[in-house]
Parts: sequence; structure tokens; C-alpha cells
Amino acid sequence: MQLDAKIPAGPIADKWDSHRFDVKLVNPANKRKFSVIVVGTGLAGASAAATLGELGYRVKAFTFHDSPRRAHSIAAQGGINAAKNYHNDGDSVFRLFYDTVKGGDYRSREANVYRLAQVSGEIIDQATAQGVPFAREYGGLLDNRSFGGAQVSRTFYARGQTGQQLLLGAYQAMARQVHEGSVDLHTKSEMLDLVTEGGRAVGIVTRDLGTGEISSHSAHAVVLATGGYSNAFFLSTNAKACNVSAIWRAHRKGALFANPCYTQIHPTCIPQSDDFQSKLTLMSESLRNDGRIWVPVEADDERPPNEIAEDERDYYLERRYPAFGNLVPRDVASRAAKGMIDAGLGIGPRRNGVYLDFATAIGRLGRDAIEAKYGNLFEMYANITGEDPYAVPMRIYPAPHYTMGGLWVDYNLMTTVPGLYAIGEANFSDHGANRLGASALMQGLADGYFVLPNTISDYLAPLLGVQPPPTDHPAFTQAVADVTGRVDGLLAVKGTRTVDWFHRQLGKILWDYCGMARNRAGLEKAISEIRALREEFQTDVRVLGGGETLNLSLERAGRVADFFELGELMCRDALYREESAGGHFREEHQTDEGEALRDDDRFAHVAAWGWNGPDRDPSLTVEQLQFEHVKLAQRSYK
Amino acid sequence: MDLTLKVWRQDGPQDAGRFETYSAESISEDMSFLEMLDVVNERLVEEGTEPIAFDSDCREGICGTCGLMIDGQAHGPQRATATCQLHMRSYRDGDEITIEPWRAAAFPIMKDLVVDRSPFDRIVEAGGFITAPTGSAPDANLIPVPKEDSDLAFEAAACIGCGACVAACPNGAAQLFTAAKLAHLNLLPQGQPERYQRTEAMVDEMESYFGSCTNHGECQAACPKDISIDFIALLNRDYGKAKFSGRRKRAD
Amino acid sequence: MSTTQQPPRHGTQAVPPVQPPRKRTPLWVVDLYGSAIGKKYVMAVTGLVFMGYVLSHMIGNLKLYVGASELNFYGEWLREIGYPALPHSGLLWLLRIVLLASLVLHVHASWSLTRMNRRARPQRYQSRRDYIAADFAGRTMRWTGIIVLAFIAFHLADLTFGTANPSFEPGDVYGNVVASFSRWPVALLYVVANAALGFHLYHGAWSLFQTMGWNNRRFNHWRRYFAVAFALIVAVGNVSFPIAVVFGIVS
Repeated sequence: MQLDAKIPAGPIADKWDSHRFDVKLVNPANKRKFSVIVVGTGLAGASAAATLGELGYRVKAFTFHDSPRRAHSIAAQGGINAAKNYHNDGDSVFRLFYDTVKGGDYRSREANVYRLAQVSGEIIDQATAQGVPFAREYGGLLDNRSFGGAQVSRTFYARGQTGQQLLLGAYQAMARQVHEGSVDLHTKSEMLDLVTEGGRAVGIVTRDLGTGEISSHSAHAVVLATGGYSNAFFLSTNAKACNVSAIWRAHRKGALFANPCYTQIHPTCIPQSDDFQSKLTLMSESLRNDGRIWVPVEADDERPPNEIAEDERDYYLERRYPAFGNLVPRDVASRAAKGMIDAGLGIGPRRNGVYLDFATAIGRLGRDAIEAKYGNLFEMYANITGEDPYAVPMRIYPAPHYTMGGLWVDYNLMTTVPGLYAIGEANFSDHGANRLGASALMQGLADGYFVLPNTISDYLAPLLGVQPPPTDHPAFTQAVADVTGRVDGLLAVKGTRTVDWFHRQLGKILWDYCGMARNRAGLEKAISEIRALREEFQTDVRVLGGGETLNLSLERAGRVADFFELGELMCRDALYREESAGGHFREEHQTDEGEALRDDDRFAHVAAWGWNGPDRDPSLTVEQLQFEHVKLAQRSYK
Repeated sequence: MDLTLKVWRQDGPQDAGRFETYSAESISEDMSFLEMLDVVNERLVEEGTEPIAFDSDCREGICGTCGLMIDGQAHGPQRATATCQLHMRSYRDGDEITIEPWRAAAFPIMKDLVVDRSPFDRIVEAGGFITAPTGSAPDANLIPVPKEDSDLAFEAAACIGCGACVAACPNGAAQLFTAAKLAHLNLLPQGQPERYQRTEAMVDEMESYFGSCTNHGECQAACPKDISIDFIALLNRDYGKAKFSGRRKRAD
Repeated sequence: MSTTQQPPRHGTQAVPPVQPPRKRTPLWVVDLYGSAIGKKYVMAVTGLVFMGYVLSHMIGNLKLYVGASELNFYGEWLREIGYPALPHSGLLWLLRIVLLASLVLHVHASWSLTRMNRRARPQRYQSRRDYIAADFAGRTMRWTGIIVLAFIAFHLADLTFGTANPSFEPGDVYGNVVASFSRWPVALLYVVANAALGFHLYHGAWSLFQTMGWNNRRFNHWRRYFAVAFALIVAVGNVSFPIAVVFGIVS
């Protein structure tokens, strides 16, 4: 297969403009003749559904939650980047573009990233017009902060709840379209398969989580906005229900999966406290603006942190990266923390954390200033750990957080299946091997509000007058039969182990061998262990209850089954990528100082994998990345 | 610690429910309340009993999916805390805990402790938005918003839509939810053009599902985001203004 | 933003409306009363009327402590206010009509709101509720309201029409009061009823600020103090009369 990214010709700054001129348009009066399915109602899905509805398309939106507003975008804390240069500190579209490509360790597509930076400002305008209560200065203008290692203040925020506020904005815009009748909202409906006909995506099969009813929905195009797959690790900062099934089912129907090994481990999460922990809680990265990260110089130092003198502490980020200090990008900070803990310097009851200390900041700015900035985060930390972070340093440890990999998409955000689009975290496009802080919200909304609504007409316009196949078409009945078979199959195993048990085992394998540091032996071991575990799952999982009611174990079992297949692909991709880049760190490929070592000659490309069946090796297609505007360099934050 | 749980079990929306008693053993105080239920569920599955169905998602107190009536209090004994953020250190060894679903006619029980809260979406769809189609927005700094107004709007916008206000209200009223949604938009300059139509539409939709407010303040006490009933006063005021000034468009 | 058009609903999200559909009318006052918030306005406004009434009623009755002639003169004066511009007892009757209309509206609104609330939660919690903010006064409004309503009926029969007072003498307010309160069960009834009135007033006086949307973060906390003070003044003043008679302070 040949991958055509459809990158427009011309200077990078003009590509998006000229592309919008070149795409085929659908006449306003004809838009209502086209139906579009949007799966997922997070930032990307809700903004896309709202905008497509406003344009006049007939939209069907699906969420497995009881309300669209519950999507996990809501948990994003820190902020959203935009190249507004409101602070007059040297920011520009080009700088945001450059920072994003560099932050992604030169593994993203220049044209996409440039477009992302171009529309970033419009997102802020849009959200503000919707009533998103961004933080403001006393003069009434919008406030910005520097975030996640950026040298400029370009991050807009709404206290520690930026994701929530942006999602509410998108959700409300979609609610308006629901009321207008242009968006047909299906809640508690989980997509269990993609339906293709004649090589095109023509619909989906869903299960109503309340009644168990399996139904088919046909449309001219299908948009997947179903988020990332960090929950493959079981313990992650993602919500419990986040899963890969929608994009995995699309992958099995022909959509290539790009860079699955690019997973982001977020450096500032609350360490695991016991074996029954269900998820890890993220503490916003903004804390690193004022907190100082350290471990004791001596291993197994049992003393409480406040009794450890300054000269017995190792502020290892400040020591190793004097220029960026505690603000180095996420992958660097995470790996450094892992290094400390592997060296026996971990702190806390399980020796699984490092300190994030605010004593210096409180001394300099006063407790009130710190409370005003981070009050809600401190409260959350105190609530979860039972410790007072104003008095003792926080304990933090990295946790899976975001996945840069996802379905391969071209410049139009279309996957390799015609008519199937992937937006937001579900696609691979903009973050390369590592995502910068406050860029996820930007990308999800850029895709949903501004990119997809402008590119989808290129696919739809030639289909004027063509009806998608009806839901009694064999393509649909076959998909329904497959889904029903899978659901019944899970219920029929009647084994001995719970779904969560299997998920925990899978998560542990992935975390140990495909987590922050990877090597050949470990990955090979992981692949065989995952296969064995998957077989055990198929014969020994116990799902009680029936398929015709709300059945949470059944829902989870279906998702975990897909995580097994994905987990194996993550390891295969990690094994294939014989270099270290961003979130992917191969121990065989590092500098003498232990930093990631890329191999631009062999791996400056996207690895897109095709499905060949559960027990057959996936096929690899590469998209060579061209860097014309960014100079490839060893990332240095020293 | 070891605990005894009395949990409401109900097979489906039309079935009668009943309390079942379960024991929760070797619970660590660092667990969240929902993790404690996870442990109980794992054991139930091993014993061949269908696990307790309860809603949860983000487990960090922001998505609003979880919500249980714990010992007669919505989200349990800790103030300004969603169920997922309630930790077991609030309990002592030997405690008995009673767990019920939210109860309101507009929140039908789907199974066990899971309810359907979609009428909240109906209220938002009725008018809980600012009409600003994508692409039509002016520069974000064109309209300065006094910081106090913006902060106050934020306090209202912090609502997570969990339904605890309805659950806690002796009348099953959704005033705090609706007031929070309204105040968020009505306090901002961007929200002024539609202010009174919005208020009327949302309140009317709310009143077709929920009870009436008698100013007990129980909703505020149960709210995991500590949203103030001052916003309910604002809702009342705006609704009155909407009616008195007859601003409602007759375009219906 | 119409409420008439209903977009399609699917599967589990098809929760039907709980309350019966509202009849819409172009007359805004009637339409407003059709909404729960409108009914709450009516309760607050009529409640204000009652508050004004019970306070002045109590203050006027303090003349009991001045003496028979003073109180009786005051009673007579009430009938003559506005005379000759108004007929004898004109203002009094006007006041009575306003009070009666307020009472009818207050009771009707509370009755229909109660029904609405019952529909909103047809199945009660099966375990014991543990209220945090809802206090005794708020939760017993219906009961204290019914007690006060029954008491008003008796009070009118006792001291206005005299049918419940065997030694009733028209015009001799002082004598009637003393005669009535000298019966200890009646005195006790007055004490109990006024305690109920006190609780009712406390919640009502606070609640009306919320309902009318009279709030401001600078004076919000004063609303509670006002409600407590108002309820206490009225209840203590009213309760003092039967007690004073029973203990012979007034005879």
C-alpha cells in the first residue's frame, strides 16, 4: 500500500488556505442530503458534531456516556495553547509550530502541525464567544501562563479545569444543534463495529448499554473521535471507560494504525498507594512552574522530607537541565523520575515517587499566592493522599496519560478507509513522538471546529445523489451478526477470572516492558506473554449477567479483548522502531548521558500498521516525513 | 478495616428493588469509596454473584458520572466531594454503610445504583448555550470581561452535572443545576443577548421534569463543587424579569 | 429556543416528562402563576403581606399590657380608620379581603407545589435521610402551615365572631381576650400555634429573599439574622399574651 498524505503544495504558510480553496464544496442547500456519523462527544467529537450541524449536515452523534458532557476531555486541567502573542513575548504561529514539531521529537507531519498553529488563535476566539470563562487579568483581558516547558506565555486556562470548560462550550454548541434537530444524539450507545461497503465506511453497529439492543446506523461518512488508548496499561490517568475499541474495530476493517508505541507518560501523577488502585490521578503539569522536584541523595532515606537538609537533596532536573530545570518536556521529566526510582532513590511508603516541593515558592510568594494558583489541585492532592501539600512536599510519579499514536490520517484527517475520519487523540497526526503540555485540547478542537468541517466536503461532494446502503444491507447484517457473536461469546466463556484481573495483568506486562523504557528482550517477552494471556482470557474470563441489560462487566470484557490485540501491536511497533524518540525510549538507543537518541536516517517516518488477522503479523507501511522548515536536531534542554 | 454494606439491588428499570447485605473485608484507608466497591465486586464475581452496577468514569471528581446516596447523604459524608473522591479514611473498622441510588422520577434507575440523568441534557438543549456558530467569533480580547464577573461565572460553570442536587433536595428539584448553568452564561457579556429567552426556556424545561425549590439549601450542601444557592436567587430574579418584561419571542 | 419542538430521542435517553404539560396563556400574570417559580413568587408576596399583618397585629395587641380602655379604644379605632372618607370598617374590610385572597393564593400555591414535588420523587429513599442543611423549620413548613391555618379558623371563631367563646362581648376586646385565655387549654393552644407560626415565619422570612431573587453577597448573611429576629419577635410577643393571662399578670 502507498500512503498519500495529500499534503498541499506551496509554501507552508499558504498550504491550508490554498487547500481550502481547492477542496470540493457542497452547496448549502445540498448539505442536508448528507448524513455524517460522529462517534465520541469529547472535545473533538462535540465540536465536530456541532460545527457539521451548523453547516447543515445531518449528524448522528454517539456517546457511551449518559451525557455527552462526561467525555474524558473534561479532566484536562492545565490549559490550551494558542499563538495569540497577547503577551508580546515573541510568540507566533511559526514558533508554536516549531515548538510542537521539536517537542514531538521530529516525528510529526510539518504541514499538519503548521495548520494546527494557524487555527489555534481561532479556537480561543470561538471558546470565548461561547462563554468559556478563561482566566482574566484585572483589566478584563485574557490571562496566559507559560506551560510545559514553553519559553513563551501562550497557555490560556480556566483555573485547573480548562478541559471541563472547553468541553462544556463544545457540548453546549452541540446541544444547540440537537435542539435545532440537525444533530441526532445517541447516548449510552457504544460503537462495536465499523461497517464498510465497497471499501468505503458507510456506518457503524452500536450496542445500547442500557438495554443491550444492537443497532445499525448508516451514513455517508463516519468520524471517529473516540480518544486514546492509555487504558491499555490498566493504571493510567484516563477515565475508567476510555478504550480503544472504536478505532481498533476500524483498524480491523482496514484503517492503518500509526505509531502505536508513542505513548506519553505524564510526570506529575499521584503514586499508586495499593494493589487495588483503579486509576492514577494526574496533578496538573502547571505545578512544575513553582514546584521543585527532588529525591534524597542517599537511597532508602527513611526521614520525613522536611528533616532532610538542602545539601542532602538532589534537585536532579535542575542539576541536569539547568536551562529548563523543572520545566523540561514530559518525556524527559518522566524518564528522569524513573531513573531515580530505579536507582533506589524513590520516596514514600512504596518507594515509588519523587518529591515535588513548594516550600521555596511558598517562601517567595506566600501561601496565599500559591493557594490562588493551585488551590484546587492542592485540595485534590490532600483529599486523595491525606497529606497537606502546603506542609510536606507532594509525592509524584509518572503515569500513562496520552497516546500520540492512533489511526493514520491524511491532511484531510481521513484514514486509509475512504469516508472514515479520525480526529482528536484518536488520530496520530500532530504530536509526533511526544505531545507538549496544553496541546491536546488545542488539537482536539482544531480538528473538530476548523479542520474536519472544511475537509469533509471534499469526500462528500462527489457522492451527491448517492445513498449509503440501508441498514438491512448484507454489510450491516453481517456486522450485526459479528457483534452479536462477540457479545454472546464473551458471556459464554463462563471461566474463573474477572475481567479486571486480566486487564491488570495486561497492564502490568505493558508497563514493565512497553512503558517508559523498552528493550528488545523485554518487548519480545511481552509479545509472547500477551498472546498467552489473550488465550487464557478467551477461555477463562468470567462475565456474569446477561446481554440484554446494563452489564458493566460485559462492556469491559469487550474493551479488554481489544486491548490485548492493541497491546501486542504496541510492542511490535516499539520493537520495530530501533531508535529512541519522545515517549518511545529504547534502552539500546541512548546517548552517553542517557538521553534519547533518534535515528533520523532510518526512522524519520510514520510506521502505519495494517491488520491481517489475530494470529498473523501486521503489515507495515511507512510514510516518510519531510522536514523543510524545522531543522532536525538533538533535543537539548540543558 | 472490615465493613458491612447494605446495597440497593435492582435488576432493571421496571423491577422492584431490595437491599442486600455484603461484607467488605481488608479495606485500606487509602482506597476511594469506589475502589472499595471494586474490591467487593471482584469477590462477588468470584463467588458467582453478579457484581453491583454503579456508575463511575474519571474517578477524579470532574466528569460527574458517579453518584451514590451514602448513609442518607448524596456523595456521602464529606463536604464538597464527589463519591469517587471520598476515601475510606472517612470510615472506621466495623462501620455499616447503606448505599442507595439517586431517587427522582426524572432519574429512572437503570440497574442497581445506576440512574439515567438525561433530563439534564434536555435542560441544556432548551437554551443552555450561547449562539456562536463556529467561525463567527470576534477576537477573544475584543470584549473585556471584569475579572470578578468572569470568576463568578466560573464558580457557576464548575458544575459537573452529577445530579447530587436533585438527589439531595427533599423536593427532587433541579434548581441548583439549572441555576448554575444559567448563571454561567447570564453573568457574562457574551450571554446577554439571549439572557431572558434562555432563562425562560431552561426553567420551563426543568419544571417539566423536576420538583420545586423550597430553599432548604440541601443541594448546596451536597454539591461536590460547592456551588452556591445564590445562583438560585439569580435564576429566580432572571425568570421574573423575563416574564415581566415580556421578552419572550412569540416566534415559538 | 422553543419548547414545543421535540428532537428525536433514543433508547435509554427517552426519559418522558414527569410533570403534566403546562397550559400556556398569553396573559403573563396567569402564565407566570402556571410555573413553579411564579407560584413561589406568589407565596413570597403573600407571605410578605402576612408578615406585615402578624407584626402589626402583635404590636397592636401589646396594648393589652396598657389596659382595657386603651386596647378597646384601639380595637374601635381600627374600624374607624379613614372615616369619613371611607365607610365605617371600610379599611378593615379591605384589609380582610386582601388577607383572605392572600390566604387562598398562599394555600393553593403550596398545595400545587407539594403535588409537583410528590410527582418529582414518587419513590422515597428507602434508607434514612441524613439532612445537612434542611432544618426543622424548612422541613415542617407544610405541617406548621396547616397548624396555623387551623388556628386562624379557631382564632376568628374565638375572638372575632365569638362563637367559640361563651363569654364573648362585642367591643370588649380586653375582656374577651382575658376570658378566652383564662381557659388553660385555649392558652396552651395559642402557645403551640404561635410556636408553629414562629417556625413558619422563620423559614418563610429567609426563603422569600431567595425566591424574589433579593440577594447580594454583601448582605446575604443578614437574611438569616433578619428571619430569626422577625420570627422571634412575633412569636414571643404573641405567646406572651396567653401566658400573661394564665399567670394573672393581665386580668
